[in-house]
Amino acid sequence: MKRFSILLLIAALLAATSLGCTQDSAGSDAEEVVAGFIYVGPVNDGGYTTAHDNGRIYLEERLGDKVKTIYKENVPEEKGEVVKVIREMVDQGANIIFTTSFGHMDGTLEAAKEFPKVQFAHCSGYQTAENMTNYFGRMYEARYLSGIVAGLKTESNKIAYVGAFPIPEVIRGINAFTLGVKSVNPDAEVHVRWTNTWYDPAAEKAAADALLAEGSDVTSQHQDSTATMIAAQENGVFSIGYNVSAAESVPDAYITAPMWNWGIYYADAVQDVIDGTWTNTPYWEGMDSGIVYLDELTGLAPENASDEVGKAQQEIISGNFKVFAGEIKDQDGEVRVKDGDELSDEELLSFDWFVEGVVGRIPSN
Amino acid sequence: MLVSFLHATVQAGTPLLFATLGEILSQKVGNLNLGVEGMMIMGSVMGFIVGYNTGDPMLALLAAAAAGALGALIYAFLTVTLKANQEVTGLTLTIFGTGFASFLGHNVVGYRLPDAINNFFLRIPIPLLKDIPFIGEILFNQNIFIYFGYLAVVLLGVLLYKTNLGLNIRMIGENAAAADANGINIVKYKYTFITLGGALCGLGGAYLSLVYVPVWQENITSGVGWIAVALVIFSVWNPYRAIFGAYFFGGLSIVGFRLQAFNLPISIYLLDMLPYISTIIVLIIMSIKKSKENKAPSELGHAYFREER
Repeated sequence: MKRFSILLLIAALLAATSLGCTQDSAGSDAEEVVAGFIYVGPVNDGGYTTAHDNGRIYLEERLGDKVKTIYKENVPEEKGEVVKVIREMVDQGANIIFTTSFGHMDGTLEAAKEFPKVQFAHCSGYQTAENMTNYFGRMYEARYLSGIVAGLKTESNKIAYVGAFPIPEVIRGINAFTLGVKSVNPDAEVHVRWTNTWYDPAAEKAAADALLAEGSDVTSQHQDSTATMIAAQENGVFSIGYNVSAAESVPDAYITAPMWNWGIYYADAVQDVIDGTWTNTPYWEGMDSGIVYLDELTGLAPENASDEVGKAQQEIISGNFKVFAGEIKDQDGEVRVKDGDELSDEELLSFDWFVEGVVGRIPSN
Repeated sequence: MLVSFLHATVQAGTPLLFATLGEILSQKVGNLNLGVEGMMIMGSVMGFIVGYNTGDPMLALLAAAAAGALGALIYAFLTVTLKANQEVTGLTLTIFGTGFASFLGHNVVGYRLPDAINNFFLRIPIPLLKDIPFIGEILFNQNIFIYFGYLAVVLLGVLLYKTNLGLNIRMIGENAAAADANGINIVKYKYTFITLGGALCGLGGAYLSLVYVPVWQENITSGVGWIAVALVIFSVWNPYRAIFGAYFFGGLSIVGFRLQAFNLPISIYLLDMLPYISTIIVLIIMSIKKSKENKAPSELGHAYFREER
């Protein structure tokens, strides 16, 4: 009897932990397109997933009754998990499913084979199939602008950059940022620290603390939490954020942030599904489309930042200026992009070297 | 550079310190509680939620301690009253705590604590002590939570080694039958100190969500509780040694970020593994050099049946 009641209690405890299920955001209605979103984090992480979820809300606002959205948070970057969630969503009538994290790629590809009638769009990856595409934005353009702000702001000429993983996307961002810094402040250096995680506030803060102890007075980040900015605020210095505005959560440090407006893509893609014009052509647009942009500068921005950023922004949007156009030297001072040349998209997608001005190295596993 | 690193080490080691002290207390009365991680995260989420809603740091700490104690109380009920297997119950408590925290914390992810709380945990340099060269900056220019950690170590040390109460606690851990024969109420002692241990674990978790990075996130404890369990062995159930162990491992968890600056020919992935590799090494060393003073409480892991004496 005693044994049995123990088992029961343990079972009850276990059951209590397995909470959570897919959430509907609107009532169901026939004839509408159902768009599913698979998120790697919680919708209110104040960062990456929040930005995607804002895109979902933008999509709902723009297309109104024509679309119903469903989403699932905290989906691990494991093939089996992704496929499982996709099956659930297809059961709920999803016509198009957006998987929003790099690690969701393999699962998406497998599910795309299983459900040929459903369209799939995977964020930040490189796989495609008949019914699967990938999408991303040229975030590096907005990062270049944020670099201008940091370059003008720094007094110690040391800028901290907390990076997640040494992969092309992050390296590209660091390089663009550094080029932006250098364009207004040739003496400044960008010091990089890797955390090996997209989202772990404690690790991000420890990395930022280390950089600040070495004398940086402006931080930037390719991380999904606000921890780097919190570290900056505690040290009385300033921060460039990422993904969403931190003007309210870190008011004494936040200057601006390169941001996403995923909704631009989501609304177009779903409209294409409605019109029957959806194709699997990969989407990689820049600042001119509106999918990436620099947040409004706060009062902490240096005086001339607004002008400098405005000028560069116009040049980028009009196509007169390319961030990765020569001449660009690498860390060893060797010219990697000649004057008049520019890096191709393929080279950008496999970036594995740092430009001059970056202090830090890319680990070779 | 070194001072700044050691200063950060103390901060990174504080959650470990509280959790280790809590687990020492539980193990001293003979109960191996593997639910440290669970109790920590329960404390972490409750501390944050109460802090967020009330703006009162003391209430937040109280709530964190209460949440950890609640987890421990469940464990105590199962293992002391129902005499369930301690290891399994502890593991279950960890799973339960993680789920409990995700469930309750879901709505406060990404929120910012009120200023009243952030200000409460600002650094408070201690006059005179802070002027001691080197150590002053590292140990005595910290926040109040960390000072409370020093106090907890001393209190626990005095309790265990200088009071009758402590003698009784240790007797229960070493020979429950003898303690029982001496008229010590074993059930009462076990409940009290397992629960108190849970409260300390809860506070350790609260340090993470209220002070270290004042935000709530899923899985905020990320394995700290497990390292604490190993630290109990490392510190041979001695609160004074626990403080060194906790700070040492706290340092290991952040040293990688500092070393990256020197471009050493070591993989950063290896640096990230340091705390875990060290845990394994410590466990191996401790199991090789067994001595009388360094051994675990003899009753550890066994339920006490009076009838089976």
